[in-house]
Amino acid sequence: MDSPILQVKNLTKIYGQNVIFQDISLDVNRGETIVIIGPSGTGKSTLLRCINLLTPANSGQIFLNGQEITTPEANEDRVRQQIGMVFQNFLLFNHLTALDNVMVGLTKVKKMPKARAREKALYELNRVGLSDRADHYPGQLSGGQQQRVGIARALAMDPSVMLFDEPTSALDPELIGEVLGVMETLAREHMTMLVVTHEMGFAREVANRIVFMEKGSIVEQGKPDDLFYRPQHERTREFLWKITELYGNKEEKHE
Amino acid sequence: MSDVPEFFLRFWPQLLQGAGITLLLTVQGLAAGLVLGLLSALARVYGNKFWRGLAVGYVELFRGTPLLVQLFLIYYGLPGLGITLSREWSAFLALGLNSGAYQAEYLRGSILAIGEGQMMAGRAIGMSKWRAIWEIVLPQALRLAIPAWANEPVSLLKSTAIVFLIAVPELMAVGKTIAARTYNPIGAYVTVALVYLAVVYLLDAFLKWAEARVKIPGFEAEGRKA
Amino acid sequence: MLQNFFSYILQGVSITIAVTLVALPAGLALGLGLALVNTYGGPWLKRLSAAYSLLMRGVPPVVLLFILYFILSGNVVNLTPFWAGSVSLGIISSAYQMEILRGALLSISGGQMTAARAIGMSRWQAIRNIILPQALRIAIPPWSNEASIVLKDSSLVYALGVPEILRRAQQLSATTQQPMLAFGAAALIYFVLVFLVNRGLDTLAEKTKLPTQAA
Repeated sequence: MDSPILQVKNLTKIYGQNVIFQDISLDVNRGETIVIIGPSGTGKSTLLRCINLLTPANSGQIFLNGQEITTPEANEDRVRQQIGMVFQNFLLFNHLTALDNVMVGLTKVKKMPKARAREKALYELNRVGLSDRADHYPGQLSGGQQQRVGIARALAMDPSVMLFDEPTSALDPELIGEVLGVMETLAREHMTMLVVTHEMGFAREVANRIVFMEKGSIVEQGKPDDLFYRPQHERTREFLWKITELYGNKEEKHE
Repeated sequence: MSDVPEFFLRFWPQLLQGAGITLLLTVQGLAAGLVLGLLSALARVYGNKFWRGLAVGYVELFRGTPLLVQLFLIYYGLPGLGITLSREWSAFLALGLNSGAYQAEYLRGSILAIGEGQMMAGRAIGMSKWRAIWEIVLPQALRLAIPAWANEPVSLLKSTAIVFLIAVPELMAVGKTIAARTYNPIGAYVTVALVYLAVVYLLDAFLKWAEARVKIPGFEAEGRKA
Repeated sequence: MLQNFFSYILQGVSITIAVTLVALPAGLALGLGLALVNTYGGPWLKRLSAAYSLLMRGVPPVVLLFILYFILSGNVVNLTPFWAGSVSLGIISSAYQMEILRGALLSISGGQMTAARAIGMSRWQAIRNIILPQALRIAIPPWSNEASIVLKDSSLVYALGVPEILRRAQQLSATTQQPMLAFGAAALIYFVLVFLVNRGLDTLAEKTKLPTQAA
């Protein structure tokens, strides 16, 4: 087994007086899908943003492919090309078509020739099942379609790791499935993924490992079956009980 | 530039007088423009075809041509038609007519924003059309117009500076005199610019104060849309 | 005779247009730089650009025109009245264009920058490829208003002796003793020009509009 593709070591993030998370350490292995669960406001999203260097951490280190990316010498633009990010509210570029959204990173950042970038972008759009929507602007797509374009845009950069920040939270219930489906396919293709989500079904079915975070620290982590059926901590049990109740209610409502 | 403090000490009576005339021109033009603007806004929203056409023609003509051309038409052109006006009257007329065209647009926007519902409610309790306009629509529309309208005084004050070109002795004309007397045009006009800045600043502060005083709670949010 | 009369003023049209075509892009370039500095620059650059905007917009254009004209046609730089006047008008307009563009830049949500940075764009690449194309579209309607203001303000260079429309009208007024006709003709020409500028920019706004963008 080779070394972890992404290593987080003792990472701490403080906003003013607020400790967002403290002393987080996490190893992500190649091809692994890790799902981070936990109550809202426990710093899960901020953790992803710190890993992608969109927000600077206060202390600790992050290594990508064995290289530290938290040193001042690290080129953050180059680092971000290797880490794909999918946002809760999609954040597609509003003035670009679906195809151009996927292409723009290739042509402007990777300086790929237009024709090749186009081919690659079409391939990625096809991967998320949207090749027939290539010419549509974000405003002309449903939320689920927008999020799939968002995934294609991140995939196009050939990242070593994909970060998903609550990718289905902003979606209408009937559109969640299509996005989870794409993510499941990616997991099966052994894309390395770090997913923050409240979709427990997805976590149970797809994750190789589940990390439970609460109040800024990792409470416990393990294989889905262990965590769901034999949680070691009372807090994990409580959270799972609450969320499954919520989740169950939600499903009932939609039937 | 280094002469500027000296210019202030030497020419402050003239500068003060010029600023006074500038302010007077602004206030007069604003008042005339308000009357003209209100009339044409009402004509455009409620008038028949003739009055509507007249109002549209007036607003478009005066917004579509430079103020300086309008000033020259009035000062140099009207005598040809047997109407000879003094420099001051010409300046007043040009500024009032010009400002009226812009004010008409602010007021028309807010009248339209009040909507037909208020009008209908007024008519429903037996008011005539013009009574409903006067009692119901205008009191609301004028308040709604305030945020957008509040730009007009400063904008008009800045416009008054061009009337020195027909030798009205306002602030810019004082600058020209200082420039001629001292052979230092840059210093002279910078001095004048500083006086303008001060007057604009004071006018702006006054407008903000006045705007806060006439505000009706809960009304302002709608006002911005207008 | 009437024909000669009109054609003499019409010769000023090309100069009026030339003044506008120098002033407007100059003001755009300067205004865009200032808007970017004000939106994305450090605290000192922000303050400096805000002060510039406040000073320039607090003084009548004709006063600024005279100050800038005497600077630009003085000992250090010595431009012709046409160039000094046109560049001055551009500098004056830059403060107003800066405010238009600043408003447009601020109206683009911060998420667009985040998403651009997330695919590895540098700050500048994100501004150029993602923020600006959206902001410029939003800025077209208020900018087209500014364009017609600059066109109308170009009449101020009359005072510098540049033979544009108004100057020629004044010369005709003096030689023919027909001021009403001369200035009336000038007004008509300006009216048509302003109309054409507004129409042209409306078409541009229509053409660059995204299919999902409201009018």
